[in-house]
Amino acid sequence: MKELSLFLGCLIPNRYPGIEKATKLVLDRLGIRWSELKEASCCPAPGVFRSFDRITWLTLASRNLVLAEKKDNDILTLCNGCFSSLSDANSILRSDISLRNEVNMHLKKINKEFLGTIEVRHIIEFFYRDLGTDKLKKEIEKPLELRTAVHYGCHMLKPTRERKLGGAECPVFFDELVEATGSLSVPYEGKTSCCGAGGGVRSAMLETSLKMTEYKLERMKKAGVECIVDACPFCHLQYDGGQVELAKAGKLYNLPVVHYSQLLGLALGYTPEEVGLFLNEIRNPEFEAKMEAIWRKNLKSSG
Amino acid sequence: MKKSEILTCFQCGTCHASCPSGKYTSLNVRKIVRDSMKKDVSDSQELWMCTTCYNCQERCPRGIKVTDAVLLLRSEAVKKGKILPAHRKVCRFLLETGHAIPIDDKHAAIRERIGLAGTETVCKYPAALAEVKSLLRSTGFDELIKE
Repeated sequence: MKELSLFLGCLIPNRYPGIEKATKLVLDRLGIRWSELKEASCCPAPGVFRSFDRITWLTLASRNLVLAEKKDNDILTLCNGCFSSLSDANSILRSDISLRNEVNMHLKKINKEFLGTIEVRHIIEFFYRDLGTDKLKKEIEKPLELRTAVHYGCHMLKPTRERKLGGAECPVFFDELVEATGSLSVPYEGKTSCCGAGGGVRSAMLETSLKMTEYKLERMKKAGVECIVDACPFCHLQYDGGQVELAKAGKLYNLPVVHYSQLLGLALGYTPEEVGLFLNEIRNPEFEAKMEAIWRKNLKSSG
Repeated sequence: MKKSEILTCFQCGTCHASCPSGKYTSLNVRKIVRDSMKKDVSDSQELWMCTTCYNCQERCPRGIKVTDAVLLLRSEAVKKGKILPAHRKVCRFLLETGHAIPIDDKHAAIRERIGLAGTETVCKYPAALAEVKSLLRSTGFDELIKE
């Protein structure tokens, strides 16, 4: 397997480094060759920057793409926003020659040129397509037996015409990956609905964004899940930080939030500390005790 | 997207009915996109209530790129200087650091505690950050977000 350029973006290294640590451990453990994409900038985020100025958004995204092109590596993203910006920019610049010329005119000033020679991957679709759930299941050392609410997030799936990952109304591939860890993906109402963070809404209109988050949290809670599993640090922030913000208004959900890399890390035998499980704002002692117990129990049975 | 595409809309309202934000706010994506054909909607606060989830675009029976239309309308508003303070702040972060969300002391300490080295991004390489700044000048982004 060719080496991948790991694109961490902003939120993972700068707000949720536990996801970064878990991802690096998991990739190493599964024998996937990777190196961090050095000198990368913000993807740039599709909400504000794509809205503000398309050429700026394309130009900055193309610089990140060129860094990976120089290494002849495909890019691996862990965030729906990074995936959306980089893969959309890649396909737009490949197909629209006049836009590519315009972007390359800017890139020329820093001695770079977009060629369109690499692909952009999201860790979820990468695991599903290139590794497969059957292979993943064979690697699992500690089945987790968690009741989870799987949250795909919008930009991993949509626009479906560009993403080519199947329909967005009732997707299953992420659920299958979660269930490969020995957990259960519990159905809940509004599963494919937005977390509320995207499009610059969280930054400029927090109250509005939290109404959408509350809609999701209420239905997850009603389904009796023990944690949320996401595939994007912005959804992760919206659920984790959002619960702190909602708690100030007396609305308590106390649902732990876990990125898939962390969930998989636990199932592969890493400790909750090693995958940064307890670095969130929301701390749930019951969940933490259960995770520690699962880890110790499995340790005993395997020893 | 071409604006003329919007003229094929037959006002069924599937877009608005699918909108997670419109459920709670005054955003009516059908109305705002329709209105944009006959007047300037740059002052509309509703433009910024969209999370760009793409539900409207996915479900439009006419195949109209509704979310892309919202993005286009937003960029027209920005050109007229209609920028929300919180968004301007995010843009300044990008201009200054190359990141929309730069590292802070709290999270730098967490990285160190869990054994992660500093990030390999523009924040470590001044020449790379200079490239980003040069591109943002070249595209006119620095001027675009000036107050």
